[in-house]
Amino acid sequence: MGYKGLKKVDIIFDCANCEPLEVLKKALAMTPDQIIEQIISSGLRGRGGAGFPTGLKWKLAKAEKSDVKYVICNADEGEPGTFKDREILDVVPSKVLVGMAICAYAIGAKEGFVYLRNEYNFLLKDLNPLIEKFNKNIQNLGLDFTIKMFSGSGAYICGEESALFESMEGKRGEPRNKPPYPTKIGYNGKPTVINNVETLVYCTMIIRIGVEPFKKLGTSDSRGSKVFSISGDTTKAGIYELELGIGVDEFVKEFGNGDTKAVQIGGASGFCVPRKDFKNKIIGFEGVPTGGSMMIFNSSRSMYNVLKDYLEFFAEESCGQCTPCRVGTQQLLKGIEAIKRGEKPSSYLNQLLKLTETMKVASKCGLGQSVQNSFSSIVNNFREEMIY
Amino acid sequence: MIQTKNLVKELVDKHGCSRNNLLPILQGVVADENYLTEKAMVEVAKALDLSSAEVYGTASFYSYLFTKPVGKNVIRVCKTISCKMSGKQKIVQAIEKLLKIKMGETTRDKQFTLIESNCLGWCHKGPVMLVNDDVYSEITPEKAIDIIRDLDPKHLTDF
Repeated sequence: MGYKGLKKVDIIFDCANCEPLEVLKKALAMTPDQIIEQIISSGLRGRGGAGFPTGLKWKLAKAEKSDVKYVICNADEGEPGTFKDREILDVVPSKVLVGMAICAYAIGAKEGFVYLRNEYNFLLKDLNPLIEKFNKNIQNLGLDFTIKMFSGSGAYICGEESALFESMEGKRGEPRNKPPYPTKIGYNGKPTVINNVETLVYCTMIIRIGVEPFKKLGTSDSRGSKVFSISGDTTKAGIYELELGIGVDEFVKEFGNGDTKAVQIGGASGFCVPRKDFKNKIIGFEGVPTGGSMMIFNSSRSMYNVLKDYLEFFAEESCGQCTPCRVGTQQLLKGIEAIKRGEKPSSYLNQLLKLTETMKVASKCGLGQSVQNSFSSIVNNFREEMIY
Repeated sequence: MIQTKNLVKELVDKHGCSRNNLLPILQGVVADENYLTEKAMVEVAKALDLSSAEVYGTASFYSYLFTKPVGKNVIRVCKTISCKMSGKQKIVQAIEKLLKIKMGETTRDKQFTLIESNCLGWCHKGPVMLVNDDVYSEITPEKAIDIIRDLDPKHLTDF
């Protein structure tokens, strides 16, 4: 594992010498294969949390033989503690649209959508006219591609790509079985590339600055930098772009306020790193992965309350389609409450841990599968707080 | 009820009558009538050639598509842990006191509904609330009261 010191980076929000349309012109002068090759060799992995290699996703979609393909920007940012996509769409929206257009050119798509969570509808006032103008501009560049907005209607699960397609098709946002993956059968049953907002901006910027400056940041498994949403017990709450692969201790040294007990990395579906592990954990795909959410907790905070908050969240946002997730999330919540009230012995925690194991194996999508991450990392590290 | 029928027709003409347009159409009805009446859902089902159960089933999945009456202004207070840590409960108490309702209820004059929401995406500036589409971050109980009074000054001077 390559351990890194903390390094602030300025790629996403950097606007110097970066006229997004010029980047698109540069991309259009390349062949689709050259573009995909560049994205692959940059090592860029999806910034929504799951970390699938972006270039490979594009390559798979390009290889599909279909007259109709789609590019979708996933702006359904709902993970507790994440707010970077909102900032990106607010500050550098053109870079997102250019990323979509580059992808469309690379895979041969004519239509694209930005799926924006309902909570961010206030952005539409600026986004709608921008997209209208952008669509005209790209037609003038000779690219047959049109972007439309799609507003969500308030469901965390719709950030899951196949649930998002269902929602766009006018159905309940219930995730589909995988495979087939979206690059084969996505929106309307057609090959679809769906990328996170931040991922698309990195694609734009890799085309602009080249592969090397991006690649030299990060580690072999986690190339480049990433935008973090930092909140909780810190005096420096906000949005920061940092190199991947930094140690959690470096992170806490910079952003903690001296009394940090734990950092929740990756939101409710992520992992809790307690103080004793700060030194030997790094932030990245080979260490603790994150879609950007970094919540800092001080000694005074009850980790029971944190876990309870996450479990309430999961129980509400589970789509209810599969039993392990629907029943599991509710039983976990009831279980920790019963232990706290003394109605169940502390050994009941072990049974609940086993339940999360079952949910990980048996749940249909990432929601149920990842409940174990926060549950086991909080329960195992703060067991006494769960009981007393 | 003729109004609802016309509204649905207008929305279907605007968005199209394929099922892919169901969400935008339902969103349009909510924007105009605050929530989805049975009548509206039946009309949408007819226009899109769906069963009304399908329309209701879809609508009831989404937290922004109300299938029960709500007020003209919907206040959503973020209840995620970072907003709790920065004092969300005091905001809720102030609003409950001002509007004389409990969490989840609607004022008798149908002006305001107060609900809690999962992460609204402003964790660095909590506590935060959304009133309809507008975001208010780093609010205090006093600010929250001012914001709500501004929306309905005539009515709320009585409080």
